[in-house]
Order: sequence, then C-alpha cells, then structure tokens
Amino acid sequence: MSLTQTTSRNVRVAPPGDVPAIVLDKVNKWYGLMHVLRDVSLTVAQREKVVVCGPSGSGKSTMIRCINRLETHQQGSIVVDGTELTDDTRALDTVRREVGMVFQSFNLFPHLTILENCTLAPIWVRKMPKADAEELAMSYLSRVKIPEQAKKYPGQLSGGQQQRVAIARALCMKPKIMLFDEPTSALDPEMIKEVLDTMIGLAEDGMTMVCVTHEMGFARQVADRVVFMDRGEIVESGPPNELFENPKTDRLQLFLSQILRGH
Amino acid sequence: MSTTTLRGATVPLKPQPATAMGSPWIWARANLFNSWLSTAITLVLGYLVVRFAVGVIEWGFLNAVWSVPTRADGTADTSACLNAKGIGACWAVIHDKYRFILFGRYPYEEQWRPAICIALFIALFIVSGMRRFWRRELAWIWLGTLTAIGVLMWGGVLGMQFVPQDSWGGLPITLILSTFGLAFAFPLAVLVALGRRSTQLPAVKMICVVYVELIRGVPLVSLLFMASVMFPLFLPEGINIDKLLRAQIAIILFAAAYLAEVIRAGLQALPKGQGEAADALGLSYWQKTARIILPQALRLVIPPLVNTFIGFFKDTSLVLIIGIFDLLTAGKVAISEPAWQSFATEIYIVLALVYFTFCFAMSKYSRGLERDLDRARSR
Ligand SMILES: Nc1ncnc2c1ncn2[C@@H]1O[C@H](COP(=O)(O)OP(=O)(O)O)[C@@H](O)[C@H]1O
Ligand SMILES: [Mg+2]
Repeated sequence: MSLTQTTSRNVRVAPPGDVPAIVLDKVNKWYGLMHVLRDVSLTVAQREKVVVCGPSGSGKSTMIRCINRLETHQQGSIVVDGTELTDDTRALDTVRREVGMVFQSFNLFPHLTILENCTLAPIWVRKMPKADAEELAMSYLSRVKIPEQAKKYPGQLSGGQQQRVAIARALCMKPKIMLFDEPTSALDPEMIKEVLDTMIGLAEDGMTMVCVTHEMGFARQVADRVVFMDRGEIVESGPPNELFENPKTDRLQLFLSQILRGH
Repeated sequence: MSTTTLRGATVPLKPQPATAMGSPWIWARANLFNSWLSTAITLVLGYLVVRFAVGVIEWGFLNAVWSVPTRADGTADTSACLNAKGIGACWAVIHDKYRFILFGRYPYEEQWRPAICIALFIALFIVSGMRRFWRRELAWIWLGTLTAIGVLMWGGVLGMQFVPQDSWGGLPITLILSTFGLAFAFPLAVLVALGRRSTQLPAVKMICVVYVELIRGVPLVSLLFMASVMFPLFLPEGINIDKLLRAQIAIILFAAAYLAEVIRAGLQALPKGQGEAADALGLSYWQKTARIILPQALRLVIPPLVNTFIGFFKDTSLVLIIGIFDLLTAGKVAISEPAWQSFATEIYIVLALVYFTFCFAMSKYSRGLERDLDRARSR
C-alpha cells in the first residue's frame, strides 16, 4: 500500500447543514467503581471512517457499544444522526434501525439458516414482505460473496464466512452507520483478508464506519481518522499516517511498538 | 486415524480394531470375560438374571389365573386365585376390574365417553409431537380437542346424560390433570423465567422470585390440601369452585415454579451475544425473546424439561389424598372389594405399566426430538 494513495485521500466531511453521524460529548461511564469511559468526546461526520485502537481493556468496546446503547452511559450525551440516546425507547428504536453492528464473535443465530439470519430483522423490524426481504438478503449475500451458502446453518460455515454473513445481516437493515468491534480478532489469519476486503468495499461505497481494529494496514487504507484510546480516554486522534508515523504521546508510542512487535 | 491426507501426502488407513466391530463373540470376550474377576461377575449376574426371568415367566404366565367364575350372587369366586397365590399371578382381577380402574365411578353404560376422551388425548399428544404440525393452527387443535373432551366428560348436551365431576375417575382424570397442568404451567413458567431475569422491571422480578421460592419451598401435598380445604374458606358464601379445578390450579402453580427454574437455566446458558445481536438489529424485546432467545434456550433444556414433565405426570397421583379419583385411586379402590383384597400386586403392576408407557413415550420422544433438532441444524 503506497503512502501517496492514503495521504491524498481527503476527509469527506458532510456538506454544511448536514448533521454529523455521531456526536459523543463528554461521555462518562462507570462499571461499579471502575471508571471505564472518561470524558470521551468524538464527532464522526457522515461518510467518515474512524478506526479506534488501543490496548485491551481501554474501553474501545464499551464506547462503540454505547453508540447503539448496548451499554448505557451515565454522563454526557450521545447523538446519533440527530437523535439523542436517552431512556426513550422510541429514540432507541430509531437509532438501532440506522446503526448496524458487527461483533468479534459474529453472533449469528445458530438455529436459523444464513438466509433467515439476514431476513429476520427486515421482516420483523422493517415489516418487509418475505419475498422482498429474501431478494434483498440474496443481493447482500452476493456482495459478501457467499450467496451459495444461503440455505446452510452458521455452524457449517468457516469463521471468515460467518463474519461476512454477519456483515450482510447488518447491511440488510440498510443502516447509515456501521459499527465493527474487532471483526477480525477471532479469525484465523487466512480468513482475515476476506473480511477486511468486504469492509474495504463497504468503505468505498461511502458507508459511515466506526471500526475497532488493530489491523494497521486496513486503518491506513480506509480510515479518515484513527482514534487511540487508553484507560478510558481518547489520548490522540488524527489521520492514520500522521498518527502512526509521529505519535505525540508515550502511551501511543508504547502501544504501536507493542503491536508492531506482535505482528 | 481420522485424516487420510496430511498436506497432500497419503497416510495409510489403519483398520479399526476388531473389538469395536460387530461380532458379538469378540465383543463378549473383550467386555464380559476379559479377566477372571469379570468372568466371575458375568456368571453370577447372568445366573441372577436368568433366575429372575424364569420366576417372572412362571408367575406371570405359566401359573397365572386369567379368569375366574362368577358366583350366583354376582361376586367373583376367587378360590382359584387364592390357591395359586404365591406361585401364579391372578390376572382375573384385571379382567374383572379394568373398566373400574380406567374410568372409576363413571356410569357404566356411559363409559364410551371417557374412552373416547382417552383416545382424543393420545391423538392430541401424537399430533403435537409431530414437527409438521408446529404451526399457529396447533393452538386451535388444542382448544377444539380440550373443548370436545369437556363436552364428552360432562355431557348434558347432544342427548348425552349429564355426569357431575365427582363421578369422573381413572385414567381420564390423570390425563386431564397432567395435560391441562402442563399446558398452562409451561407458558406461565416461561413468563416467570423471563420475569426473573428482567433487569428493567425490578417489581416483576421480585414477584417472580418470591413466587418460585414460595412454591418450591412447600410440598405439593400441602398445596393440594390448601386447595381443597383452605381455599374454599376464602371464597364468598355460595361460590363453589369444583374440587378438580382447585387441584388443577394447585398443580399448575406447582409445576410452573419448577419449570420456570429449568427454563431459566436455559436462558442463562445462552451466550449474551445472541440477545445483543438481536438488540443491535432493532428487534423488540418480544421479537427477540420469541425468535432468538426461547427457541435456543428451550432446545438446551429439553432433557431437564422432559424430566420435570415426567415427574409431574406421576405427581398427579397425589390428588389421591384429597379424594380425587385418578388412575391410582381407582386402582386402590378396585381392590377394596373383599373378594379381590389380596391381589394388590397384580393391580399395581398394571398401574405401573400404564404410567410407564406414558413416561417412556415422553422420554423416547424427547430424545428423538433432540436428535431431529440437531440434525436440522447441521444438514
Ligand atoms: N459488563 C462489565 N462489567 C464490569 N466491567 C466491565 C464490563 N465490561 C467491560 N468491563 C471492564 O471495562 C473495561 C473496558 O472494557 P472494554 O470496553 O471491553 O475494553 P476493550 O474493548 O478496549 O478491550 C475493562 O477494564 C473491562 O474489564
Ligand atoms: Mg473489546
């Protein structure tokens, strides 16, 4: 991957007047006495791709899960596409329809076929007729290059295939924003590329993405911005090359040296 | 030798050792006579099994009395049975009493009605067991069948004589108590289990916890007593809920508490990610519960669920103590007649066989169902 290719990429900020996709403002969260998110503020523009990295336990998952309220925050505000996340269930429904999520452990529904996994939410949440939902699901399954597995069950697929199904399943809800929480960490090395390629394709189509990952190559190629978290705080953020070549803080330097050694 | 090729190179297949294969002789030598101790144990146990089997055949078949003559006054002349006592079974008692055991004190010439009810129950179980019928219409089939059973048992319409509930008895009572019991207890148990895991509604959670702990903490017998003796005291004058219904409610409440704990175990065993994935897709709580959580959680707990079902099928016999005429009570009353008093063994063997048939069918069915569900998933 060439440097020029990535540095020439401009941050495609939304046109003026358009609301940002995600705004976290001084978000704080505690688990009991443990302060896991400390004054986290982050704005993600429409169609922006943000990669979040940081050591294990630094609060990356917690932050990303607060964005679709799988976890609740205790202080600060989170606004997703103009809708603030509160206890109001209607706001929550709106946000969850617009935000798709891909998990580290795939979380496909093992008792449903691949096709049923993909059509479930369109049929029951979007109230789409079954035939339309199946057509939609097949088109996304083709996009992630596994239409021929539609009648199988998740247990019969490889990890990489399962993760691609999980991406297709989320896409079937036509989300505006996609969240990825370490989508390739549970995969064998030879399957990582097929999942990353799918995600790159998605990024090229202009999807707004927040992605927790340690795949630095992916970050350089796709990310408009990389956010480095440590101990519940956003320590540094900036374009991938700048951040990786000239880390300003010791913490990021240490982290980068550790993952580079690991790879 | 599970793999035949390793990085393209062919590894020769080693034949399976002979002991694991079909021949019974080889199997017996490897498993029954492989040392002098195991040979001795095999011989001793073999001798005991044969002795027992011979005894059973002699007592149950060769020396058994199958029928006895009737005296002039209408009672049975059981002297043949008394002579054979100890060496042969007196199946004549079954021959003489089977209608009473099956139907209790239900009017003799109307007993075709409970007979049809038994057939309806069995048909209902079979239909419900077939996955082909697992559709919304099944609820209507249940409603229709149970209504038909009620109409047949009570009568009073369509030219059928009215038979009050205290004349019902025998197998229909056992089937009514267990079928209605589990049919109502199961959905109640699902709700209680869900309520007990609720994080949003602490009041509901409290109620569910208290309910389960209270009911589990007392014996079924005392609940039945309360239902039959104490409960009517709380009701206003003149309102009388039928005794069977009260026992039925006690059984439902009791069964639901146990089933709820079994179902909760299934809910707990399910990975958290399943619910989160459903949430992230925007499914509502009930959509998530009905389509993602319950199908998987219930599949996990089929063995303990069936275990509880079987337990409750047999526990319905405890209604004996509040004077409801179920299968076991009918059997017990059947031998209170002086002529038959000494032939309790034969009666209880037959009753045990009836219970066993139902319980074994449940157990066999559940294992088949587990296999089917697993196969469907990996096809
Ligand atoms: N449900 C929970 N209860 C208590 N502590 C938790 C819970 N989930 C995460 N944590 C803690 O919060 C911190 C941040 O976790 P997480 O967001 O998963 O980190 P990361 O994804 O960066 O590895 C960790 O110290 C973790 O132990
Ligand atoms: Mg994490």
